[in-house]
Amino acid sequence: MTAVIHASDLTKVFGKSTAVDHISFDVRQGEIFGFLGPNGAGKTTTTRMLTGVIPPDDGSATVLGYDIRSEPVQAKQRFGVVPETSNAYTDLTAWQNLMLMGELYGVARAQAARRSSELLTVLGLIDRRDQKVQAYSKGMKQRLILAMALLHEPKLLFLDEPTSGLDVQSTQMILAMLRDMNRDGTTIFLTTHNMEDANRLCHRVGIIRNGRMVAIDAPEKLKTAIDRVHTIEVSFDREVAGDALAALPGVTGVKRIGDKWQLTAEKQDAVILSLAAFSQQNHAAIVTLNTLAPSLDDAFLRLTREGSP
Amino acid sequence: MNPAGLPEQLRRAWAIAKKDIRLYYAKNSVLVFGILMPVFLFLAFFTGSRQLPLAFLIPGLVGTALLFTATAISPAIFSWEGRHGTLERLASCPVTTEAIVLGDMIASILYGIGITLITVFIGLALGLSLLHGITMIVSILLAACCFSAIGMLLAVPPTSEPSTPMMLSLLIKFPLIFISGIFIPLEQMPGWGLVLAVFSPLTYFTDLVRYSFIETHYFPVLIDISALALFTLVFTAGTMYLHKRTMPKRL
Repeated sequence: MTAVIHASDLTKVFGKSTAVDHISFDVRQGEIFGFLGPNGAGKTTTTRMLTGVIPPDDGSATVLGYDIRSEPVQAKQRFGVVPETSNAYTDLTAWQNLMLMGELYGVARAQAARRSSELLTVLGLIDRRDQKVQAYSKGMKQRLILAMALLHEPKLLFLDEPTSGLDVQSTQMILAMLRDMNRDGTTIFLTTHNMEDANRLCHRVGIIRNGRMVAIDAPEKLKTAIDRVHTIEVSFDREVAGDALAALPGVTGVKRIGDKWQLTAEKQDAVILSLAAFSQQNHAAIVTLNTLAPSLDDAFLRLTREGSP
Repeated sequence: MNPAGLPEQLRRAWAIAKKDIRLYYAKNSVLVFGILMPVFLFLAFFTGSRQLPLAFLIPGLVGTALLFTATAISPAIFSWEGRHGTLERLASCPVTTEAIVLGDMIASILYGIGITLITVFIGLALGLSLLHGITMIVSILLAACCFSAIGMLLAVPPTSEPSTPMMLSLLIKFPLIFISGIFIPLEQMPGWGLVLAVFSPLTYFTDLVRYSFIETHYFPVLIDISALALFTLVFTAGTMYLHKRTMPKRL
């Protein structure tokens, strides 16, 4: 699959501190790529280098086939950026902000007007189009910023914490729009702290820690990769002996939690088969049976904690 | 469409200029201040030095008006926009740093020309005649470009505090007025004063305005125009180069 973003040894140094330390990764065409990391890990700096806002001190990046250092205008023409904090002109109306974007991206006026109307309608701002942005709520400003980034119909969209601190309505509206856009072929580079958003939206996630990329994979693979030992939670309709459960093939540990038993095993499918057989032999019907996979939160915490001072 | 091509970048610079005019210049307070500041300076000198004729002082008013208006807002725009995050918005758009600087310059040129034309009409209303209209137009256009480039040069130090470039701007503008033959004729200046005057673009502009109104001038017209053009070229190239270098430090 074609790489829409190709970062190679990207590095940024601020004084004595290396904010981004030789990171390399690809973002594939048509995917939603989640870029995760704790505060100060280098997420925003990486995004700003990729969007041509600040130059890297070392390494290179191509975005949509254009070198972001030598052909920044060509690259920027084809992607949109939604920063974490709204940066629309607050003394202009939403409509004026969108028309300005149209001019800055070379979109014909009639087309910009048509597209602006569409976007403001979808994002629920059409009735406030002639109001100055300073009177907007945070959610409305963020929706406007999204509209401004989409006016020129970009092939790639960079978003930095797009739903941070937003109300449920704005969050759902933005996430739904991102899904629709991705379905229509837009590649999305999403920087977020929100594991739930990343888990639900992203095809792959990259985790950065202390300026270095520590993992890149699909969320489900990352979750399973961090734990080789699986946990299975089971409860029966009658009391069973813990020793009997511990003796089942493949079970490496047993723990009582309330009315349930928590079993650990290296191969969870073998243990589930054993439990079914145990249930039949002991006439103890299984009431609940859950496999407890680590969450993306667990994966994130584990990966960003390892090796930390 | 080649977004990086000159015609497209010029169109985008014009969009930035329109945005600047709407946001920063088309405000009553800015327009009133632009007119009042040079008028008050003029009145102060007019009442304080009665031996100088009005025909000599009006060109000084025109020169001061253009210098003050073309450099009134532009030094602070980058700081304001940096502080509000809108500079980052512009930096992530497909516009070059040169186009952003040019956009800011165009806005200050138009504002400068607009206010300066009012002072020209004041001169005409006070009884002066416009003897060389073409020279006046060319010199106002050139000087507006030159002074707006000075304004943008003052915006080069990367700071998010708008008062810093504004203070720097005042520190440069006032001395320029005193060494450029605005209120003291160049003929009456001491040798060292004349040496300083040669390095001020305001000297050549005021000389051209005087020539346009009353046909008296210190330097030949061609020298005045050439010097003004040279200053414009050097300042514009300098400001483009320096802003390109300092832009990442603002973001």
